[in-house]
Amino acid sequence: MTATIHLPPHRLSAASQRLRDEVRGFLDDELRAGAFVPRCDAWMSVADPAFSRRLGARGWIGMTLPSAYGGHDRSPLERFVVTEELLAAGAPVAAHWIADRQMAPSILRHGSKAQRQRYLPAIARGECYFAIGMSEPDAGSDLASVRTRARRVDGGWEITGTKMWTTGAHFAHAIVVLARTDGSPADRHAGLSQFVVDLPAPGVEIRPIGTIDGEHHFNEVVFDAAVVGQDSLLGERGAGWRQVTAELAHERSGPERYMSTVPLLRAWAEQVRQRGDAVAERELGRLTARAWTLRQMSLSVAAALAEGRPPEIAAALVKDLGSRFEGDVVETVRRLAGIEPRRNGPGLEGLLAEAVLHSPVFTLRGGSNEILRSVVARGLGVR
Amino acid sequence: MSDDLRAEIRAAVTAILRGRGEDRTRAGGFDHVVWKDLSEAGFHLVGVPEEAGGSGGDLRDLAEVTDLTAFHAAGVPVAETAFLAGWLLAGAGLPVPGGLVVASLDEAHGHWRDGALRLSGRLRVPWARHADHVVTTARCGQDRMVAVIPGGARRPGGPRLVTAENLAGEPRDVLVLEGVAADQAPAAAPPGLDTAALLTRGALARSVQLAAAARAVLVSARRHITEREQFGRPLARFQAVQQHLAALAAEVAAMQVSAEAAVAAVEHADAGAGVAVAAAKATTSAGARHVAAIGHQLHGALGYSSEHRLGAATTRLWAWREEFGNESHWHDHLAAAGGDDGAWWPLLTGGAR
Repeated sequence: MTATIHLPPHRLSAASQRLRDEVRGFLDDELRAGAFVPRCDAWMSVADPAFSRRLGARGWIGMTLPSAYGGHDRSPLERFVVTEELLAAGAPVAAHWIADRQMAPSILRHGSKAQRQRYLPAIARGECYFAIGMSEPDAGSDLASVRTRARRVDGGWEITGTKMWTTGAHFAHAIVVLARTDGSPADRHAGLSQFVVDLPAPGVEIRPIGTIDGEHHFNEVVFDAAVVGQDSLLGERGAGWRQVTAELAHERSGPERYMSTVPLLRAWAEQVRQRGDAVAERELGRLTARAWTLRQMSLSVAAALAEGRPPEIAAALVKDLGSRFEGDVVETVRRLAGIEPRRNGPGLEGLLAEAVLHSPVFTLRGGSNEILRSVVARGLGVR
Repeated sequence: MSDDLRAEIRAAVTAILRGRGEDRTRAGGFDHVVWKDLSEAGFHLVGVPEEAGGSGGDLRDLAEVTDLTAFHAAGVPVAETAFLAGWLLAGAGLPVPGGLVVASLDEAHGHWRDGALRLSGRLRVPWARHADHVVTTARCGQDRMVAVIPGGARRPGGPRLVTAENLAGEPRDVLVLEGVAADQAPAAAPPGLDTAALLTRGALARSVQLAAAARAVLVSARRHITEREQFGRPLARFQAVQQHLAALAAEVAAMQVSAEAAVAAVEHADAGAGVAVAAAKATTSAGARHVAAIGHQLHGALGYSSEHRLGAATTRLWAWREEFGNESHWHDHLAAAGGDDGAWWPLLTGGAR
């Protein structure tokens, strides 16, 4: 408990600048070759397994994993540099994003040796993708109220329940499921466990959840007495809540929490430069200042993670500010660019269309901003 | 300087500021007692090299002292002495004279007569009425000089003093000069030591001060809502109050990290230091509004009383956000630096320009 929440600034090393130049060079080459078109929110919505494999071959997935598991023994801050370059370019990274961001560290930390060997090298190659089964139909942000149950059966576990909003389950090779193994829902945090389930699997049905933009990123995943092996349990029975909380810190702390609409902002900056509109220039400067500060905050959280300091409160705070900034970018460009958004349209028109249609989820995913503020309030000792 | 030494500075300065009692925080005027204590210990010229007559230490040490005086709403011109006057003098290779020395925000017109530099013009000089000396740059034909002139507290025949105060009641005076002779031998200003550099330097100082005043609002608000009860329970138990406090904490954290990152960038002379200062002043100036608004809302009507310490912080937030360029000034500056798509992202990551 503290009176204020302090995020000390962090200065990246000269070596990280060289890494940044390398990634920029790669992305420039990819763009020139027409391998991808910059997109908003591409980390969630644009999956390209071939691109993921090329990144894997460069050593830019599973960067912080030990080489014994196919990783590259690099620091979280080097990973931060690669991550922000990919986001700034609007590169198609959705296939491997969740696996790299939170499942790799989670499996490394909690997984059995067999689970590590099975999943980590494949994740680092950019060939193994994960979905996260946390939310449920009636739970929303209240993760502790999960109803999905796993009970012991001969040789394994039988899972029954429904997960909602699981991004990418339709192409994932595995899903991690939070389920109740012990006690009752009244016990809240106690008695929850995590399972890793390979997909597709008997008794597991994946149904698309279409979104208002007419696209398919989310799924409902129904477990109907699905039987999984004993070795599917991830970590400790009953420690699911603690494991998930650590995972959420990874989910909430990355630069994707303020950078989803940066490809739109970059494209608009180009238009502003050509037009010489003083009002638009000032607004561009405003968003630039905000982005600069959010980046310093995001970098501070990454440094905390790298030093093993708990980043939960700071990550919640940055996610609250960052996701509101994402929406601010959309609104400002919409107001000033003088164009009409068009789905699949060229350049700014298309970027604006996908940004407007995605904007409601910025402040929902990874925990709603109101819940995040209550996490911050608790950090300040007033709950 | 080491973190240990910085912790010592923090402890010593905090002791001086706490020692004076809280009733002194309300007046926006000059706090002679604190100034005497700070300057006797040399804290008024931290970050100015010893060979120039300063107290030594680096920019982070100076930022620490500046932060603390602002957090405690002390009526002392640390930003104007060490950040600006000491920096101008050291930059020009001139010694820091004794007494209270502050800097002019404007450039004077200079001309030589009988071997002496004489200065004219209307100069904005914060705290001028209390100053023994004022440092200013002066344009003399093609040359730019750095000169020391008498402050407003001094002898007849010196500059004419026009007094005014900012929203926090801090002296924001104007000195009218009509051929006033320089106090000591002037020096040529090295390249880059001009009004634009002074503006950037002042913006950095105010960013540190704004973040510190914002932190003071947060600390006070947190204390208030845990101590005060309404409808039979502490205010902190109300969800709406918690949400306000979290939003306030987020804004304060943003202001703080931007100011600290800008100090670090200037200290290390990073390629992106200019962008860092611009972004920090824009962030802290824009944040001032939200911090003051939420702070007053959380304190209720009590916080509007002159008896309460809150106003000492919020009036400074409202005053300092305008000084050395408000957010619009620095937004324009950033847009000019980063309008090109090729440059926008590199600008953020500390690249060239």
